[in-house]
Parts: sequence; C-alpha cells; structure tokens
Amino acid sequence: MEALMETLMGNVDWLEIGWASWDTLVMVGMSLLFSVLIGLPIGVLLFLFGKRQLLEQPVAYAVLSFVVNVLRSVPFIILLIVMIPFTVLLIGTSLGVAGAIPPLVAGGAPFFARLVETSLREVDRGIIEATQAMGANVRQIIFGALLPEALPGIIAGITVTAITLVSYAAMSGVIGGGGLGDLAIRFGYQRFQTDVMVITVALLVIFVQVLQMVGDRLVLYFSRK
Amino acid sequence: MIVFDQVQKSYQVAGRAIPALHPTSMTIETGEVFGIVGHSGAGKSTLVRLINLLEPPTGGRILIDDEDITRYNSAELRAFRRKVGMIFQHFNLLSSKTVADNIAFPMKLAGIYSKTEIRERVQELLARVSLTDHADKYPSQLSGGQKQRVGIARALACRPTILLCDEATSALDPQTTQSVLKLLGDINKELGLTIVLITHEMDVVRRVCDRVAVMDAGRVVEMGPVSEVFLHPQHPTTRDFVFESENIDRNELQEDLQKAEGRILRLTFKGESTYKPLLGSVARESGVDFSILSGRIDHIKDTPYGQLTLSLVGGDLDVAMQALEAADVHVEVVR
Repeated sequence: MEALMETLMGNVDWLEIGWASWDTLVMVGMSLLFSVLIGLPIGVLLFLFGKRQLLEQPVAYAVLSFVVNVLRSVPFIILLIVMIPFTVLLIGTSLGVAGAIPPLVAGGAPFFARLVETSLREVDRGIIEATQAMGANVRQIIFGALLPEALPGIIAGITVTAITLVSYAAMSGVIGGGGLGDLAIRFGYQRFQTDVMVITVALLVIFVQVLQMVGDRLVLYFSRK
Repeated sequence: MIVFDQVQKSYQVAGRAIPALHPTSMTIETGEVFGIVGHSGAGKSTLVRLINLLEPPTGGRILIDDEDITRYNSAELRAFRRKVGMIFQHFNLLSSKTVADNIAFPMKLAGIYSKTEIRERVQELLARVSLTDHADKYPSQLSGGQKQRVGIARALACRPTILLCDEATSALDPQTTQSVLKLLGDINKELGLTIVLITHEMDVVRRVCDRVAVMDAGRVVEMGPVSEVFLHPQHPTTRDFVFESENIDRNELQEDLQKAEGRILRLTFKGESTYKPLLGSVARESGVDFSILSGRIDHIKDTPYGQLTLSLVGGDLDVAMQALEAADVHVEVVR
C-alpha cells in the first residue's frame, strides 16, 4: 500500500498542500469580504441611479457603470499584472497571499456590484411603491424593503463571486500569489509533477463544490417565495 | 375632504406631453366610499396615485382637509402619507417578512411608536382581519384573500384617515371579493374612514360605494350617487359598464324587444317600492295587459332596487303611467 502511494504520489508534500490550501482559503475569504463590502454599496448605487429608479442620475450612472465595465472587461490575468504598482503602494508587496488580495478585490467587487444591481432590479416595483406610500424615505426603502427582499439573490451573488474568486486566486499563482494555484504552477507545471497537479485540482473542485452547496442552502433558507 | 382643483397630469414620452388626466375638479367627502370606475388606461390609476402624490400632478391643486398637499416638502409629504393607507391589486406585501412584521412595517417606518404599542396594534389588526392564527406565516403561505386582508391590516396600522384601494379585488375570485368588500364596508362604517376605490368592475361600485366617478380617456365623464349613476346612466361609457355588470347583451335585448307587442316601458323601483305588489293593481285600474320582458331585483350598497322591462297592450296607458309614477317608480318609455 505504502509502496503504491509512493509511486503514485511521490512528489506530494502533504504539509505543503495543507499550507497552500490554507493560503487559498485566506485569499478567497479576505477578497470575498472586501468584494462584498465594496461591491454591495456600488451595486445599490447602480440600481438607485438607474433609469426610472428612486434616485435617477443618468450621469452618475454612466460614470459608475463605465468604471465597473472597465474593471470587468480586463482579463483577470492582465488585471493581476496591471495592479502590481498599485498593490505595492497599498500594502508594500505584490507577492504572496497579501499581494494577491488587492487585484482579487479589483476583479471581484465590480463583478459582485453588477450581481447586486441585477437582484435589486428583480424586486417587484409594487413593493417599492407600497413602501413609498407608507411614508418611507430612500434610506428606509433600501434597508427596510429592497435589501431584505433581494437577500436570496444577493446571497446567490456572493456564492458566484466566491467561486469566481477561487479561480482568480488560483490564477494569481502566476505572479507569485501563493496558495494552491502557486503550487500547481511551480510543481505541477514547471516540474512536471502530475500528482501535485491532480491533488491541487481535486482540492479546488472540492472547495468550489462546498461553496456552492453552502450558498444554495442559504438561498433556500432565506427564500420565502 | 379631498378636493381636486383643476388637477392635471401628463407624462413626457419621447419629448411630447401625453395627458393621463385632463384638468379635473371634484370633491370627495370625509367618510364616504368613493368609487372611480373606468377601463384600463382611462386614468383611474393616475387619479388615485395623485391623492398620496405617488404621482405628482403637472398642474392644479389637491387640497386635503384644506391643506394643499402639492406644496409639501419631502418630510411633510412623508408624514402626510402615513395618514393615507393604500392597498393594491397584487397586495405588494414583503415576501421576506411574516404577516405580523408586514403589518408592523409602516409603524416601524414612522419611528414614533414603542415596541409595546406596535405589538398591541398588530394583535388588534390581526383580530380585525381574522388572521390571528396566521401571524407568523409568510405571505407565500397565504391565499389571495388572506394576502389582501394583510394588506388592509397594514394599510390601517398608522390609523389613517383615508384608504386608497387600487383595484384591490381585481385579482380575487368572486367569493373572496365579497368578503374583502364587506371588510372594507365595515371599516368605513366603524372607523369613519374615507375610502377611495378604483376598479373596472361596476359590481364592486354597486356593493360598497356611496358615490362614483366614471372615467374615460383621462376625463371624469359622469359623477354622482351610485344609485343615480347606476340606474340612470347618461354617458355611453357608463352605460357600457352598467350593462356589462348586469350581463345584458344589448343586441339580444334589441331582438327580444322587436318581437314584443305594444309599448315598452322600463320601470325602476328603489327602496321600499321594490317589494310592493304594484303591477297587479296598476293593471286592474288601467285595464292594460303586460308581459315581463326582463327583470331583476338587487341591492345598491344597502338600498334594494328592481328593474323591469314590460310590454303593455290595450287599456289606458296614461292612467297606468300615472299610477306607477305616483308610487315612486321611475318610468322610462323605451318604445
């Protein structure tokens, strides 16, 4: 048995895999946190500034929408490189786990903002009208009606964003980002250690599956429809 | 009292002003149930939304208890809206909140009620709309009629003086419509609330309204007490609505009338005269023979009324008509 493991996975250093998994977890967790913190208000603003919405602002909408689109249209691998000087300015290094987080947020936040905008648009206009008719101000409409009603959609958006960030985080291995992606590139790709490659890919698949499952459960829990 | 003084509303569509409501003046009295009936697109939705300024008017003044609400700033407007409840065709309940939380919602928004006050008021309202057992359910677990009851309870939460009903029964089956209308009638009587109700069903107007305005293409074309408008409709649109609600096919009616002999009269009885055995005695006195071509007895709100279409042959027609009119029956000569 041991001999078999040795031939099949001779290159696999399980401690290394463990640390890399942890790094990926930290990168995804931190970048998801900041993506939601930054993306949620941007998404709400996009919705409010939109056509025939509560705070219709065509100019502000166009500007915000343009910025979001620019960040979303740059392929993430390019964004990783373009962001390097900014990342160094922000946290002193562009390497490792910490260095990967700013580009991940730059990719994740606008993505999530669009998902928030979409799920807010799906809230029945009648509910906004009814809340207005009760004498609610804009802040009360947002926090009392819009966000609670859009919550299942927003949670689904967080799940999709988290999964996107898993693949982005793996990609950041290319510029020395750390985590499972880094392992896969350094050992699996550059040293032809196929067993390391298989293990990292398997771990990433499991990671994504778990995220999707948890997200789906939460959506179901918060859906009252 | 709600007073419309030359109120108008138009929408800008592709740079052109499309009128939704032509300059309209009217008065809705405190404590009455006022119906606005019209086909879709006639402007009734716009009219009802002008009363709580969900739609701001493009001209004219709207006075509520002698205050011009069109001059309110946004804080004054929000305070005013708390005194105007509104219910909707599709209920517009928050799917993420329980029945009790939906009813409490306007009170929480107002920010002037204590937690105990809110809890007690919600219990009181749940009892009023007979939903005490459903307090912790979510709207998706309720039937249409129950949802509208939640809507009504929510609209009443801040003790409004006006209740606006936007096609409140249009999504409900006939039986549920009955019970919701009865609830609205009770609320009107017990709380002295002014109710403004828009609908495309004349039957709804007939059951609960005191007065009615008929709208067509952005204008009020006829207005008056329901019995007046209902029994003696003047405008073609009103006639359409009345015939529709009585399931009368006008072509069929014309055919039937052509087959009948002699004079044709339409008699309208109202109130007590509805139940009097009048026709027999009139026939004996005047010597006319009659046959009944069509007839119905029904209620307008609480007043019974009857309508008969008769053909009369022989005898003294003038004596017959005098006798009928003397008994407070409205006589209309059809042919």
